[in-house]
Amino acid sequence: MAGRGRMGRLAGTAGVALALATAGRVLAVRRRGSAWPRAAGADPRPGRWQVVTVDRAPGEVLPGGRWPEPLRRLGAAVQVELRPAPGCRGTELAARPVPGAAAPAGLAAHLVGDDPGLLVRRALRETKQLAETGEVLRADRWPADRAPGSPR
Amino acid sequence: MRALCWVGAGELAVRQVPDPELRNGHDVIVRVRQSATCGGDLPLLAGRVPFLAVGDVLGHEFLGEVVEVGPQVRRHRIGDRVVVCASVACGSCWYCRRDLPSCCDNGSADPAVAEAAWGHPTGGAFGQPRAMGGFAGSHAEYVRVPYADVGAFTVPEPVSDDRALFASDAAPAGWMGADLGQVRPGDVVAVWGAGAVGQLAARAARLLGAERVIVVDAEEERLRMAERHAGAETIDHRFADVTAELRERTGGRGADVCVEAVGAAWNGHGPRSLAERFSGGAERPAAVREAVHACRKGGSVFLLGEFTGFVDSFPLGAVTNKGLTVRGARQHGQRYIPMLLERMARDELRTEHLATHRLPLERGAQAYALFRDRADGCVRAVLSPDLRPADG
Ligand SMILES: [Zn+2]
Ligand SMILES: [Zn+2]
Repeated sequence: MAGRGRMGRLAGTAGVALALATAGRVLAVRRRGSAWPRAAGADPRPGRWQVVTVDRAPGEVLPGGRWPEPLRRLGAAVQVELRPAPGCRGTELAARPVPGAAAPAGLAAHLVGDDPGLLVRRALRETKQLAETGEVLRADRWPADRAPGSPR
Repeated sequence: MRALCWVGAGELAVRQVPDPELRNGHDVIVRVRQSATCGGDLPLLAGRVPFLAVGDVLGHEFLGEVVEVGPQVRRHRIGDRVVVCASVACGSCWYCRRDLPSCCDNGSADPAVAEAAWGHPTGGAFGQPRAMGGFAGSHAEYVRVPYADVGAFTVPEPVSDDRALFASDAAPAGWMGADLGQVRPGDVVAVWGAGAVGQLAARAARLLGAERVIVVDAEEERLRMAERHAGAETIDHRFADVTAELRERTGGRGADVCVEAVGAAWNGHGPRSLAERFSGGAERPAAVREAVHACRKGGSVFLLGEFTGFVDSFPLGAVTNKGLTVRGARQHGQRYIPMLLERMARDELRTEHLATHRLPLERGAQAYALFRDRADGCVRAVLSPDLRPADG
């Protein structure tokens, strides 16, 4: 869908993000309420968008137009879109696996498994947490995760 | 450190587990002084909650002292005496900024289970199965507290540990029931359940101006407490037709606000679907049904009980025909705790009588047996790692 009408896809490399920035557009943001681009082909499910709403302006969601680390890890395997949320709710951040794209090593299985949306959803959630709280919340390490008697 | 661990259905044991560590910049580590049993723990204890694993540490209502501070923490330092909100919230998402912290988008390290069960991630909580948040419980010597600037509250000097402990969960839950149930001056408020949460909901209703508060329970001692400490009238469920009694006492109108603080009775049958396996099966909300019937037209019913899944036989017709507002929530403690601590300091809110039993951490299993069976007049049993096993 890149280049279709009023906005372009944020491509999966820092290089292209920089290109967007030098073109004077730090972020390519869709119009409020515009539809996410449809998936090609008959079966829409593999291409369903995972979306989170981030309670921050677009510039705070992708600072400097660059993908934050949680999304960067997925590289060209996902397509990412942004649009303002209605009613001052911040930014809607959407991503979906690109059908047929080569996933980064080790992630391929996750992107084509039972729920290819899971990994994408986690990356979106982490991106949202970074923008809203400054860090990604980590669980406690459970006893099984570590050797007993480790120092405080 | 020592911690009270779940080791099987109905079985608890104190075990040595690794000390918690700072995992995020906004964390603190709290050395626990007091940690309370809660009705929300009983489904976990009974083994009815999927994902609970042998060795998981229970407990979510606690007070203690800050002993370690993450680099991003601004409002706490080592040595602070803090009460910690039982639910975990970030303080900066859309929900937190609108005073709905138990709906926080960022309060759980693993929201997959909540998403599957309820359609959306919810805030985190201490002492739940790992797959339902990722934070160990407080029946231990130390606890890691995420987002400490928004979830841990320094206790004002005049407020004792024994009183402030209940600012962690029971007091904000009760206050929320009266506040979000929209108690107005002059209202008649009915509260189902005279446990800690019900008593504190009744007290909150009084402080918010209710003219009469009527508490329903089936335990004589709890009802006497509600009269003495909350200024409430009471109805003993064992000997009364509650709906008829309430109609009579409210001039035929019904209560303006009904607060349900009982929780659900387990119906005994196993899960009937995948969804039920996530949610723990259908529950029988007897108190909710009664509240809906007893509520005046256009009134509101607030649900504080720890429902996790589905209910059978909900009187939906009464809700629509009487124009009721039915609302529920897990407590939004971050919104209420500073105000509650101030009221505690002014002696408007007294809670220490709720801790009917105080035991050392080592006797945690006994504490839960007392609490579960309501033996010996137990309202809440409070555990302390500082007490020696011979104490209490
Ligand atoms: Zn509780
Ligand atoms: Zn939040």
